[in-house]
Amino acid sequence: MRFLFDSDTWQEIYGSIRKNRVRTAITIIGVLWGIFLLVVLLGAARGVDNGFKKIFGDFATNSVFVWTQATDTPFKGFQEGRRFRLKMNDIEALKSEYQEEIKFLAPRNQTNNLIVHDFKSGNFQVSGDYPILDQIQKKKLIVGRFINENDILSTAKVTVISENMYKQLFDKGEKPIGEYIKINSINYKVVGVYGPSNGIDLDGDTAFIPFTTFKRVYNTANNIDWMVITANPGIDIEQMESDVILTLKNLHNVHPEDKRAFGSFNLGVQIAKVTGFLTGLQFMTWFVGIATLIAGVFAIGNILLITVKERTQEIGIRRALGATPKSIRQQIILESVFLTTVAGMLGIIFGSFILFIIDATFGQGDDAALINPTVNIPIIIIAFVTLIVLGTLIGLIPAHMATLVRPIEALREE
Amino acid sequence: MIKIEKLHKSYPIGKDSLHVLKGIDLHIKEGEFVSIMGSSGSGKSTLLNIVGLLDIHDEGHYYLNGQLIKDMNEKKAALLRNKFLGFVFQSFNLISYKTALENVALPLYYKGMGRKERLQVALDYLEKVGLKDWANHLPNELSGGQKQRVAIARALVTKPKVVLADEPTGALDSTTTDSVMDLLKDINNEGMTVFVITHEEEVAEQTKRIVRLKDGVIISDEFTKASKAV
Repeated sequence: MRFLFDSDTWQEIYGSIRKNRVRTAITIIGVLWGIFLLVVLLGAARGVDNGFKKIFGDFATNSVFVWTQATDTPFKGFQEGRRFRLKMNDIEALKSEYQEEIKFLAPRNQTNNLIVHDFKSGNFQVSGDYPILDQIQKKKLIVGRFINENDILSTAKVTVISENMYKQLFDKGEKPIGEYIKINSINYKVVGVYGPSNGIDLDGDTAFIPFTTFKRVYNTANNIDWMVITANPGIDIEQMESDVILTLKNLHNVHPEDKRAFGSFNLGVQIAKVTGFLTGLQFMTWFVGIATLIAGVFAIGNILLITVKERTQEIGIRRALGATPKSIRQQIILESVFLTTVAGMLGIIFGSFILFIIDATFGQGDDAALINPTVNIPIIIIAFVTLIVLGTLIGLIPAHMATLVRPIEALREE
Repeated sequence: MIKIEKLHKSYPIGKDSLHVLKGIDLHIKEGEFVSIMGSSGSGKSTLLNIVGLLDIHDEGHYYLNGQLIKDMNEKKAALLRNKFLGFVFQSFNLISYKTALENVALPLYYKGMGRKERLQVALDYLEKVGLKDWANHLPNELSGGQKQRVAIARALVTKPKVVLADEPTGALDSTTTDSVMDLLKDINNEGMTVFVITHEEEVAEQTKRIVRLKDGVIISDEFTKASKAV
């Protein structure tokens, strides 16, 4: 390896590269283009990925929503078209039967009401919830807190409102915490104000009140409008959805094949589709990038091979002057490695520059298409090392061809 | 210095083979100035290639500096070429993108000499062939005679035992031919063995011994007037 640090080796390579300028330029462009594409594509794919992640936001994406509709099959003496309600008992039954699968289970009851504060008022959704909702969809509290267990147990008349609601119902600069607002003519104490959530938002502007309070005030007894089920990591969400619905059908005397009785929306499955698309995109990016890179490296090999032909005479002279096959081989390989390295570095620099421009033009603002388009440094290093290894391997072919040059034949050419 | 016994060489051409050298016996002592004469196809270039370790013979023995040349691999041949032999070619064979000085210094690079030292040595040899002022010129800025003198300097720079010249004057006019031959004579007078291949009588007559080849055999081997004059 000593020859690597020998200034003469580099002098020789510099001489040969400087002499074959066009060849050098073409070679460098080939590889540069390859790694440039890899960097830009990976960065763009990452940007799209980040963009989708932003849309999913703080929502627990492996969730299923379940509600009831009307049956479509007569069963156990019930006629078709029967309407029924989910019950609190269902929640307990599901919780005990699917202990391992279910991470969170939130029953929800909702209605619309007029909300009044002093002389200001507005019509908003009112939602009876458990504190667990905060885990399924993180609330960004600006001041105060979300509903807690104490509120549930004491059926406290407290509410958490959105920032928009605060703006509509309160005077500017007025402190909301501890103030009372009237929902359906009943006073509730405001305990928190939340800001808009990132990405998916199920409820919009809603006044959250404790589930138990909702039950008492609106006289919902054991009825539930709908429920959100969040699965534990690693659970097959589709399987869980059908299992849960089957259990519910059993509890409510619904025919197992009934397709209309329960409505459900599987967020996990919908998101898996998008994620699958993203994975495909990533895979395609890698495939295209690496293929281009390999093509570039082959171009280097090809061009070196041609130059070896062109330089037959020079190689012949060198050998007549005492160059060993090893020194010839070293020189050709080192030329190849040197060219790929320089081209690779330039490609990475240009690629990063383009990503920088993409970030500056498309990556800013709330509705940006690409967010933070970047490529991991380790990936770049791996690509770079691969490039150098490929450069060395591809250099072996012309290097071997060069050692096959017979000095006599080379020198006979005129 | 060079001793050849019953040397045979043939080249395969398709299924047949072309018998080029048919039993050459030649002994060249140290300090001799020998020319090999012969028309094209007589085998003289093949002989030079074998002597120059650029090609291998089929049969017979070849001793260079007392060492039997046998089972040469490329690496060994390269080392021996670098150590014992200096080449001068008809078409000069200078590397076009290197200056005269760098061309002369190249064999020393393969010998492993440091850059400063070898450039100094190369400059000394360029001075010897009268081209010190042209040291930093590229080959295409030099005349034919100058290029050949650079090539001779390059052949000499490793202090070889034998200088092998393949038609050294083939591409030169008569005036420059004389200056190049004068240079080769000077080198020989300093004690260097010089081995010239030519088809020009005038060139051969300036050497001290003429070996004539025809169809792969030596037909005559005689000393010239030039050798008697010394």
